[in-house]
Order: sequence, then C-alpha cells, then structure tokens
Amino acid sequence: MKKDHEELYAQYEQEFPLALLQEIQSKVPADISQEKLQRVLAGVHDVYVKSKVSPGECVGLVSAESIGEPGTQMTLNTFHFAGVSEMNVTTGLPRIIEIFDARKDIKTPMMEIYFKEPHNKKVEFVRSFAAGLKETVFSDIVEEYTLNIFDQVLRVSFNASLLEDFDLEVKEIVKQIKLKSKGFELSHTDKDISFLHKGKPEELKSLYLLKEKLRNVMIKGLKGIRQVLPVKRGDEFVVLTSGTNLKDVLQMKEVDGARTLSNDIHEIHAVLGIEGARQAIINEVYKVVEAQGLNIDIRHIMLVADIMCASGNVKGITRYGVVSEKASVLARASFETPIKHIINAALEGEVDYLTSVVENVMINQPVPLGTGLPGLVTKMK
Amino acid sequence: MEKAIVYKKIKAISFGVLSPKMIQDMSAGKIVTPELYDREGYPVDGGLMDTRLGVVDPGLVCKTDGLKLKESLGHFGYIELARPVVHIKFVKTIYDLLKATCRGCNQVMIPTQHLKKQISVLDEVRVEQGFEAGRRKIKEIIKKYLAKDKCPHCEAKQEKIKLEKPYNFYEGETRLSPIEVRARLEKISDDELSIFGFRPGEFRPEWMILTVMQIPPVTMRPSITLESGERSEDDLTHKLGDIVRINQRLFENINAGAPEVIIEDLWDLLQYHVTTFFDNEVPQLPPARHRGGQVLKTLATRVSSKEGRIRHNLAGKRTDFSARTVISPDPMIELNEVGVPQRIAMTLTVPERITEWNKEYLKEFVQRGPKLYPGANYIIKPDGRRKAITDDTKKEILEELVPGYIIERHLINGDIALFNRQPSLHRMSMMCHSVKVLPGKTFRLNPAVCNPYNADFDGDEMNLHIPQTEEARAEAKILMLVETQLISPRDGLSVVGCIQDAITGNYLLTKELVLSRQEAVDLLYNCGIDDLSALPDKEKLDGKDVFSVLLPKNFNFSGKDKSGNDVKIVHGILKTGYMDKANLGQESGLMLRNLYEQYGPKSTSDFLGKVSKLGITVLSRRGFTIGIGDMDLLENTYDEIQQTIAKAEAEAYSLIDDFQAGKLEPLPGRTLAETVELRILEALNRARNKSGDLTMKQVKESTAVVMAKCGARGNPLNIAQMAGVVGQQALRGKRIEHGYHDRTLPYFKKKDLSPNAHGFIRNSFKSGLTPSEFFFGAMTGRDALMDTALRTPKSGYLYRRLSNAMQDLKVEYDGTVRDASGRIVQFSYGEDGLDVSRTQNGVVDVMTVIHNVVGEIKRS
Repeated sequence: MKKDHEELYAQYEQEFPLALLQEIQSKVPADISQEKLQRVLAGVHDVYVKSKVSPGECVGLVSAESIGEPGTQMTLNTFHFAGVSEMNVTTGLPRIIEIFDARKDIKTPMMEIYFKEPHNKKVEFVRSFAAGLKETVFSDIVEEYTLNIFDQVLRVSFNASLLEDFDLEVKEIVKQIKLKSKGFELSHTDKDISFLHKGKPEELKSLYLLKEKLRNVMIKGLKGIRQVLPVKRGDEFVVLTSGTNLKDVLQMKEVDGARTLSNDIHEIHAVLGIEGARQAIINEVYKVVEAQGLNIDIRHIMLVADIMCASGNVKGITRYGVVSEKASVLARASFETPIKHIINAALEGEVDYLTSVVENVMINQPVPLGTGLPGLVTKMK
Repeated sequence: MEKAIVYKKIKAISFGVLSPKMIQDMSAGKIVTPELYDREGYPVDGGLMDTRLGVVDPGLVCKTDGLKLKESLGHFGYIELARPVVHIKFVKTIYDLLKATCRGCNQVMIPTQHLKKQISVLDEVRVEQGFEAGRRKIKEIIKKYLAKDKCPHCEAKQEKIKLEKPYNFYEGETRLSPIEVRARLEKISDDELSIFGFRPGEFRPEWMILTVMQIPPVTMRPSITLESGERSEDDLTHKLGDIVRINQRLFENINAGAPEVIIEDLWDLLQYHVTTFFDNEVPQLPPARHRGGQVLKTLATRVSSKEGRIRHNLAGKRTDFSARTVISPDPMIELNEVGVPQRIAMTLTVPERITEWNKEYLKEFVQRGPKLYPGANYIIKPDGRRKAITDDTKKEILEELVPGYIIERHLINGDIALFNRQPSLHRMSMMCHSVKVLPGKTFRLNPAVCNPYNADFDGDEMNLHIPQTEEARAEAKILMLVETQLISPRDGLSVVGCIQDAITGNYLLTKELVLSRQEAVDLLYNCGIDDLSALPDKEKLDGKDVFSVLLPKNFNFSGKDKSGNDVKIVHGILKTGYMDKANLGQESGLMLRNLYEQYGPKSTSDFLGKVSKLGITVLSRRGFTIGIGDMDLLENTYDEIQQTIAKAEAEAYSLIDDFQAGKLEPLPGRTLAETVELRILEALNRARNKSGDLTMKQVKESTAVVMAKCGARGNPLNIAQMAGVVGQQALRGKRIEHGYHDRTLPYFKKKDLSPNAHGFIRNSFKSGLTPSEFFFGAMTGRDALMDTALRTPKSGYLYRRLSNAMQDLKVEYDGTVRDASGRIVQFSYGEDGLDVSRTQNGVVDVMTVIHNVVGEIKRS
C-alpha cells in the first residue's frame, strides 16, 4: 500500500467502523490514484452518514418485531438430523425460546472442540482424545456383578473388549475406586475385582450398598460429557460432544481454546465472562435463524443479547429477568403478575416517572419515542 | 365560544398505602347499612349505593359534586371495621416484619451498629440496580440475621412466628389476633423501617392491618337493570354488602357483650369477606360465589389477566371511525391505494373545518346529506355540539353554516386511511393507504402488498381506520405510507414485490415473447404508460424492450436471476437475463432495493405497480393455464425416474439384507438398527431429489415448470411429487415407525423394514396412491398441522415477551441505545450505528461508490 494512501485511510479511521474501512481497502483497486481514493472515501462517508439511525428510533421494538414475526415460520421439531454423522440438536423455535429464557439446563448441551496444529490433522490422535473425554462410570465397563452371600464377596467382572476400547487396565480402576470402598478388602485379576467385607459377616446390605455406590464412580473422562463424536470439518478434525464441560476442556493443552465452543450460555458466562456470554447468545441465535433459512439482521439479535447481558448477569426475557428490572411500575404490571408489582410498589412508595411506552399509552399521552420525542418551540409574536 | 382548554401533562405517578386517617379524610361518606334501596327504589343514605358515592341511574344527582350520570366520576366512601382485619395482599410483608422484630422490645433484630451499615448498603444497591435488586437484597439481609432466637437489644427469647395460610399468625402455639399483630407493628420505630424498604414518613406498617376500609365509588360497580325491571348488582356490591352486614353484626354482638366464641366466629367471617373482596382467588380459601354457584369477580380478578383492566382497558385502546370487511385483490389500483366500498365510505367520515375559502365546496356535501354520496353525516358547532344532518335539519343547517363549523363529510378518493391485518406482528402490518372509493362490498388491495400484511384472499378480513386530526393524518402519510415501508427493517430488503401471475408474466415477457409494435404499445398503454419514447423504433419488438420502457433511463444494475444466470441492466435497458422472483419478488433480489435507493420510494412503488400490471396483462393476453397434462412427463424421463426409484429401493433392500445378516458397519455413535434406518432414509431421499431434478430438466415445457422456474408458485419438489414420485414420508426426521407392535399397519409383516412398510410413497399424486401410501401421507399431513397449531401460541408468547422487554429502547441523540431509565444498552446501535432499513441487507454498499468513481471493475 502506498504511503499517502495510508494517510488518507488514517484520516477516516475515526469516521468509519473498522470493518467498513477494511472493506474499502480490500475492494479498491490497488493502483487507484490519490485523488480517486479521496473521492471513494468521501463517497462512502456520505453513504455511511445517510445510513445511520435517526435519534429517537425505537430500535428495541423493531428488533422484537424482526425476531418475533418470523418466529411463526420456524419449525417446532426439536430433534433434527443434519446429515448422517451429526448429533441431535435442538433447533428452531424451541432453541430460540431456550436461549431467550436463559434457561439453566438446556435440552441438548453440546461442545465443539477444536485442536491446535498439528493435532487437528491427525485422525488417530483426535479419535483417542475423544474416547478419553467421554465420562465413563464404573458400571459402563462392568459385565457382571456377582454377590456371593456365603463368602461375603462382591465380584465384579469387566467386559474385556470395552476395557480395551477405553484403554483401561484393572489396576487403574482399582486405584480409582479404592477411596470409595473403605472397609472392604480388594483383590483383582486382570478381568475382575473382588470385594471382601471386613466387618460383621451378617451385613449383606453393605455389600449391596457398595455395589450401588460403585456404579456411579467416575473412572475416566470429563464430568458431564455423555457422548463424543469426532468429525471432519474442512481439512481438520474436531470433536463434537453431547454434554458440556468447557472449563476442563479448555485446560487441556492440545485444545485450541480460541475456537472451542459450548452452547450453554451460562457455562460460557461462568468460564469466559459476560462478553463471552453475549457473543454466545448472538452466535447461537444466529445459527438457528440461518438454519431455518430466515433472514434476520444480526443487529437485532445483538440488541437482544445486549439487553440480556446489560446488568452483568445473563438475564432471560421473562418476568423474572429483563422485565423485572424496568424502572416503571406500570410497565412491569402490564406484562405479567400485575397485582404483585402494584402491591410492592405501594409498600415501598415507588414513583413512576412515565419515561417509557406503556405507561404513556395508559394515560393517553404521547410516547417518548420517535416523533413523540422532540418538542417544538415557537416564538409567539 | 369554545371552552378554554387546560392542558396538563402527567409527570409522574406515585404509589403508596393509604392511612386510616387518609381513608376517612378523602371519603365522601361513611357507610353504615347493608341496605341498598328504599321502598321507592331510591338509594338509601348511608347504604352502599349512597348518592354521595356517585350515581349510576339517570335522573339522580351526585350529592358530593352535584353532577349527573356519566358526568360524576364517583367518590370513595368508607366503613369502620368493628375489629381490625388483615389485608390479604400484605400478609407476606407482615409475616416478614413479625419475624424480624423482637417480641419484647419491638426492635429489629439486627445489632445497632450493623443496622446503619446495612441500610447504606441497601441504598447503594437500590440506586445502582433498581427496586427489584433492592428487594432481593432486603430478603438477603433479613435472612442473614434471622437465625438468632435472642434479641440483640433486650436479650429476650424469641418464639417462632408461624404463618398459617392464608392469614393466621401464630407465635409458638398461641394465635396472634390482628389486634395483637397491629399492636406490634405500631411499635416498630420509623428509623428502622428503611431496612425493610419502606419510606418512613409515608408509610406505617400498622396500615397493613385494616381498621377502616375504603368503599369504592358506585360508578366503579354499576348495577344493571334487567328487562324485567329487576336490578342486578355488581359483584363488588354483593361482596361489600356481605362485609357491611357482618361488620354490623359484629358491632352489635360486641356491644351486647356476646360470648367470645361468637365474636371470634364473626370476626373470622369478616376477615374472610374482606379477603375475598380484595382477591377471590386465594389458593387456600374457597372462592365466594353467587347463589347460582358462579364465582364472584372481585378486585384482583378485575385487574389481572389478559381481559383485566391493565391489559384490556389501559394498554389496549378502542377506536371509532374504523371498518372491517373481507378483502379481495385488485391489481389495477396503486400500491398506495385501498379500495373502499361506497357503503363504508358513507359511514366513515373526515372532519373538515369551514373557512371562507372552502365554504361553498363543503356546503355541497351538506346539501347532498347522509344518503347521497359524497355527502356529510354530521356538523359540529363551534361550541362542540354535534348535529346530525337529516332531510329535516338540512335546510336549517345550510343557513347557519359559517366559518368555524366542522363538517363530517364522507370519505372521498385521496383521503388518508390506516389499513391493518391481524396478527399485527410487525410495523408493516399497519400501513397508510389513500382511499379509493369503489363499488362492491370488499376492501380492495394491490396483490403486491399482500406480503407485508401476510394476507391472502381466502376470506381474510382487514381493518380500516380514518385518522381524524391533521397531525394524525400528516404523521400517517409521512411515516406509514406503503411506499415508505417498502424496505423491511428486519433485513434491509424489499417486503413488497410481484407475486404469482405478475412474476410469470414478466418472466415470459422477458424470456420468449416477441411482439408487434402495435401489441407492445397496446400492452404498455394498458398498464398506464403513455410516454412511449423509450420504445425502440422497430416493427418487431422483443419482450425485453417492452420491459425496459418501465425502467428509469439511467438505471444500471447487474445481478443474478433465480437460476443463477446474469441479469444486466445498462442505462435503463434490460440487456441480458430474465425477470423472475429473484429480482421482482419480495425479500430477495437487490433490483428493487437499488431502485429504491436511487430513485426513492415514490418511483419504486410506481415501478412496482406498473411491472405487476404489465405482467398480469401479458399473461392474460398470452394465455396461461394449468391442467393435468402439465404433469405429463416425457417417456424417457418417466422411465429414468422409475429406474432411480427402483435402484434406491434395491439399495434399501440390500441394506436390510446386510443388516439382517449382520454385515452392516455401524456409523460412529449409532447402533446397527439406527444405522440401517438412516441409510435407508438417505438412499430414498436421494432418489426423490434426483427425480425432482429429472422432472425439471425435461425438455417439454409445461406451465407448472414455468411457474416453478420463475418462482411464481411451486417448486421442483412439488412438481416431482405430482409427476414422478411422492417419496419418503418422514415423521420427526425418521421414517414412520408408529402404529402396531413391530409394524406400522396390520397390512405388513412384523419387523418388515422395507421402504413401503415405513412410509415410502413410490407413486405420484397423478398416478394415484395406494391405501397404505395414502395413510402414511395423512400421517405426515396431520403432524405438520399439529406443528403449526402448537407453534403459533408459543411464538406469540415469545414475541410478547420480547416486545415488552425491549419496547422502551431507543437511540439517543448521542447515538447510544438506552432504556427508559437512561441505562446504556449499546454504545452504538448494532456496533456501527447503521439503520438496517437504510442498508442493503445489512451492509453499506461500498461497491457502487467505487464503481461510480473508478468505473467498471473487472470481477475477479
């Protein structure tokens, strides 16, 4: 790039959003003359200024309409197969509702785990990594529990092929479960473990309880990851998981933390902070909108994400979330549970300064939005 | 002359609890008797219908303000309760207060040094995060100190306070009567109130126990006279009657020194009646009923829910000067117009003020009167009185008309109207049209505006509103006119566009028609074009030439059509490409968007109107029809499709064989049974898609294919289903599995995995379906129907929540987006401050600018 061009661009740096400036830079022919570039920049500036929002524009309602109106066109089908080798995903309206409600437990928590170079190109590595992620509990690998009443022994025999699959050895398992089986004497072969009850011989129940306790002992993997699936994305391999554990996954050194994603907004908030949550809301909603073949401008989704995150916490668009934070008593009352709001307002002596929309509609006054915002002063002669 | 009008603006509304003294001071009278009327039918003094509380009968005068029916707003009264009673809505707060204060010294059980700190913390939270966060903080604070069973001030041992719902308090095992509760609340000092969130000076906790009760004005609970002459009282009056009656009996019993048990019983009954007066839906109480068993509608019921005061009467308004009827299409009227039946035009009116200059003109309307169109229905005199124009009064009115009078004249062409179709999901659901009075009984609208309203003509009805003031008309015309709403703020693309016939017509015109000069001129004149200078001077005219006449002279455009071919317009002449949905339709191509940007709303809507007229005219002259023959396929296409299906079926069978033989490799993360299902489904869907492609590729042009190609109606899949094969019916992304044990229908063998046993329809709609195929088709049809029925309320609720949460967000003068309390939500709207409806699909059009400066750039 020529030097004087750079100066010109620098002049406009403050005027344009960065993306727009970059777009001009990439689209303008490289051999453009100084004078013509000046004209292009001035021209784009004109267009840009003309395209800016007018003050007083009720952008909130426009966004609500833009998202609400196509809602009727979205499918309700919760589960949907995108091709053969993908997983179940909540899409369509249910997913949108789930995100906007800021639900704590979502229907299909998922992660997409990317890897750093050069791991992302190696099938074998990705496959074994994936297998290691899956939360494996004791009972997953057990073939049979045998309770010997006379000897007071619980014998657990493992499925050899599963052990191989998970790359586990009985020795390791014994280490994992030792803590959980206090009061029992352990002995193992390479196929099974036996627990001998040390205490009074009559108490069969404790052996049974031990069995139940052992069932859910985690042997391998990360908590919460129920299902793993290595897939090819472009020229690299990624792992899709059902169930999430972002915190632990990000700590693994082979994982590319910059691209690895979870679809649980609250988890992202806890791990990456509120800006991460805001971006996650935008991405997740946009993904659904795109999959449904709808065209909703990203700005509308941004605004919803922003209002959900404005308080520093992820708040749902519900009567307990965003709506409860409104300053106006009447606005809150007109949404849901009006009596509760009015009683509380009365007790605390709240004052409604009629700054938003519904209150003014109620008392037949102009709404302070759009053309209702400016006043007109005339000089009477 | 006109009354001096006092303009007042409400600045704020404050909420609070009335003190007993306030209730007495503001009341118009004390109610002492449950009787309503005396023997003559007049309201009894001191009764519930006392005329001091306002009037609901014609002829009576309110004793408080001396006004008549409908003039008097009504006044509150009060009754003195014989014993105090708990207000049901404050029970929770009372409970919290009792728990948090000492039974001995009545101080809040927070050590003094902590109290100050907590109050300041609370204030901070309130200022920073609002009332709701403050409320949560209060609960937190109270909970923190609650666990102690010893008062930090007087060291008195505390008993556990229990609330037996709905309104009985117990301390340990002994019951606290409302008198005792009140006594405790009275002793809480003002200084300590703020820790509970109350404002000292404005509120006393003992007011939450009622000693006197307000009686709402009569106007709030009007009685109705039935046809039989019998009076029927409002539910509230019934309830109040109960309260007053029990209250009196309680008084009498107390004065007579009746046994405590009887007094307790009556007291409880009074408590019950007062409670149900406020809220008749308290979970633990049996609701108060009419004699017939119908539940009484008391105060809380009146306020809440969708039919309640707030959402129905306060947030929702009703209007005069509106009409509703069936809609039907009229492609010959402008986009901006709405066809209004004459009968409606003669009922709806526009007020016009007489001046020196329009006096004669307006007199003509009066002369014609209400029965002749265009006439006038009413006049409004300068003193505000309204007079109907009839044959008798006409002459008199004509004589007295002077400037200053207002005439309510009939609608005439060019009047401003708002047109709306429910559900009003976005702002384009209510647009401004100019009236065109037409014969007939339906509203007429240009089919191009069907899309923003989401209207069709299968019996849809729409509403019309006539703005009555100059301000309203100006605002409607400038902000809401159809042509100003062409670009959707949702995606920055056009929401209106040609539909159906208009698209087909233009497609055929630009694709294949060659016209003689005479035909072309005739055609153009028919769509309202009389300037034919743009038509090339040739005897044989190409359809593109005809179309180009409509384009502005210096319009340049290059884009793609629906099938991906280039469309190029140079200097207002269509050089290459066909006009189809991609460029003429709504929500797609950028041609309309470009036109709008360069030539403004007026010419875009003109253009659109003319283009759709042109398309329709072309089509009706050329002739365009569809029949069963259009579904015919060429011999070899048909064979090919049959082969494709046969191959897919064979593939499915071999998969099943493999599966049964255990030779199938499972897909990662799936069981064998799932794998075979998926692969069969995939194979069959592939076959269906392929047969769709084959159908569209066949050389024989049928009208159905033309429509699908240009996007007017239908898609390749529809045609393939009619002509080739209907294909696999899928339920929830799977083949059909429902029905009997191990099979879908008793017609099949158990565990049959074959395509036709799980909903594969190998026939086409034309060849006809077998019974089992038909049944599978009906299954998916029902599923789709249910999906829609379940979706509508869900998405409706989502929309309501979104709009309620975001309605007060606006862009401030500094470019930030803020909510009503001034809290910043975004520093710059959408991160770049762009208005979506002023961009092209959300981006600033850099290319055009560069284009204009540098000239044509070769596309890499």
